[in-house]
Formats: sequence, C-alpha cells, structure tokens
Amino acid sequence: MEPVIIDHVQKELDRFAQKKVYIHLETTNGAYASHFNESFFSSGAYIRNALLQYEHGKITGNGPFRVGLKMSFGWVYAEGITHFEVDDKGRLLLAGHDFSGKLAVSLQLSEQPF
Amino acid sequence: MEKERHVLVVFPHPDDEAFGVSGTIASYTKSGIPVTYACLTLGEMGRNMGNPPFATRETLPQIRKKELQDAADVLGITDLRMLGYRDKTVEFEDEAVLAAHMGSIIEEVKPSLIITFYPGYAVHPDHDATGAAVIKAVKDMPENERPKVHCVAFSNNCEEEIGQADIVNNVSDVADLKLAAIKAHVSQTQLMAAEMEEQLKNQDPAVMARIHNERFWTYKF
Repeated sequence: MEPVIIDHVQKELDRFAQKKVYIHLETTNGAYASHFNESFFSSGAYIRNALLQYEHGKITGNGPFRVGLKMSFGWVYAEGITHFEVDDKGRLLLAGHDFSGKLAVSLQLSEQPF
Repeated sequence: MEKERHVLVVFPHPDDEAFGVSGTIASYTKSGIPVTYACLTLGEMGRNMGNPPFATRETLPQIRKKELQDAADVLGITDLRMLGYRDKTVEFEDEAVLAAHMGSIIEEVKPSLIITFYPGYAVHPDHDATGAAVIKAVKDMPENERPKVHCVAFSNNCEEEIGQADIVNNVSDVADLKLAAIKAHVSQTQLMAAEMEEQLKNQDPAVMARIHNERFWTYKF
C-alpha cells in the first residue's frame, strides 16, 4: 500500500460509483486492548461482502482522511484512512494504520465478492 | 516432561503456538514424539501488517499461511492442519458443530496429550472459543479414553481464579528453535522479536524466565 494520494483515490471512488459493489468495512483496536489496559473500552465493527450501490463517493480531510459513500437510502463512512492500493484484481483497498503501523480501519471496494 | 505417544496442539491463530508453546513442541519433536498442529484460522484479521506495512487485509492470509508453514518446519511439526475458519469469528460458530469437528480430529489423531487454550482465561475470544470446543469434545469421550489436556492461560485474573500452573516446562535447550519459530511469523513479530533478542543478549532475567519456562494448567474434567 502507499500513502493516500487524494486525487487518485477520488478517481477510484468515482469508478465504482453507481455500480453494484461489495464492501469490506472494519474498525478494530485489537483483541488485546483491554488486556494490556483494563481502562480501555474495546470496540470495533466488521462487515464483509455487503452488496450495495452508491451515488457518489468522496475522500476529504488533510490526512488521515475520511471517506464517505452516499447511497440513495443511506451512507457508508470510514475515518482515519492513511493508505491505499488498487490490487491486481482491480479492488480498491483503503486502510488506516495507527502510529505504530497497525491496522485500525479498513474500507475496501470490489466488483466481485472478497 | 512426560513421554507422550502423540501430541495434538489446537490453536486459532498462526503464531499462537510461537510464544508460549513452541519450546514444548520442539522438545517433543526432538525426542521423536509426533506433533499434530490444528490451526483454526489464518489470522486474517491481524492488525500487524509489517513495518513498514507490506501486507494488506487481502494479502495477509496468504502471508500468514506461509509463516505458519515456516514455523511448523522450524519446530519439526510434520502434520500441520489449517481448518479454514475465519479469524475473530470462531466464537460465533455453532458450538456443537465446532466441538464435533475437534472431536473428529482427536478421534483420528488419538493423541495422548492435547495442548490448547484454557477457556475463559485466554483473553482473545477466538482463544476461549477454541479451548471450549476442545474441552467439550474431550468431555464427550468415555473417561478412560480421554487424553490429558494442558491449557495455556494468560488473562490478568487467571492465577487468582485457577491458581498457579501445575506444569512448567523448561525449554532452554531449544530456546534457539523457539526464537526461530517466533521470528518465522515475520509480519506479526518483527519488532517484538528484535527487542526480545536484544533483551536476551543482555540476559534480562524477566525475559529469560518468560522464554525459557512454558506454563500449562492441566484441565480437570
């Protein structure tokens, strides 16, 4: 993956707009967060292969970035995006790595199921 | 360490075997005792992507599969099974089905000893769910056919609730293999392994004790 180039990611978001796309969306603080720090409130969410269609998508912010996908009947949103890659299957992989390089958030789009 | 006929190790993630158990595994294989390792997932949801990151969410499973194979080779494990579950979802599987799957492996391998996580005291939900499925499978066996089960526990409250580990294996003889197994999981351990090597070089007593002694709780049915 490479650090986000905002124009490049925006073009990719445009490419998937108004198509049926499979979404991987994940936030995580790791399963050990509350083990190492008992005052830490552990939370996260994960959805893989949700099939949806969005009207338009946008990447904003000064880095880390935010990405929102507007659907006719709702929204998809991810915050803390730092890196991107279009992989060899043409999938858009967006990820946010924290200060120690660990994955904290991931939003991925594909025309085929992940 | 007691002589065993066959050891079955059951953990959910590649690298679960590395930190607290790899010395014990290496000690068994070195003395000719076969070890089967059943690993439920490929750690698909790991947060460590290498530093600088060389893995993505989508390439991580293949990378960790290779690392797992490398660690198994280092440890002399000749029967490595990847069971195809997905990281962080083990606790949501049907418990009876999962236990039956574990039971079928136990029946085939016929181990004299099983090593797994102590359900309720192993921190990660996948660890607890894996341990629980193994314990249920063994509990369902006739008492006289049950293998011994040695459990790994490390939750902050474990000693308070289940007491001290009753088995402590000194694995200093195979410490080099243990370190090599930890290092085989490059994507997950590269920073930690470097730090650990430095501490070992400086003979940090706490780190030496942690690496040289592996602790287990015999499960009482």
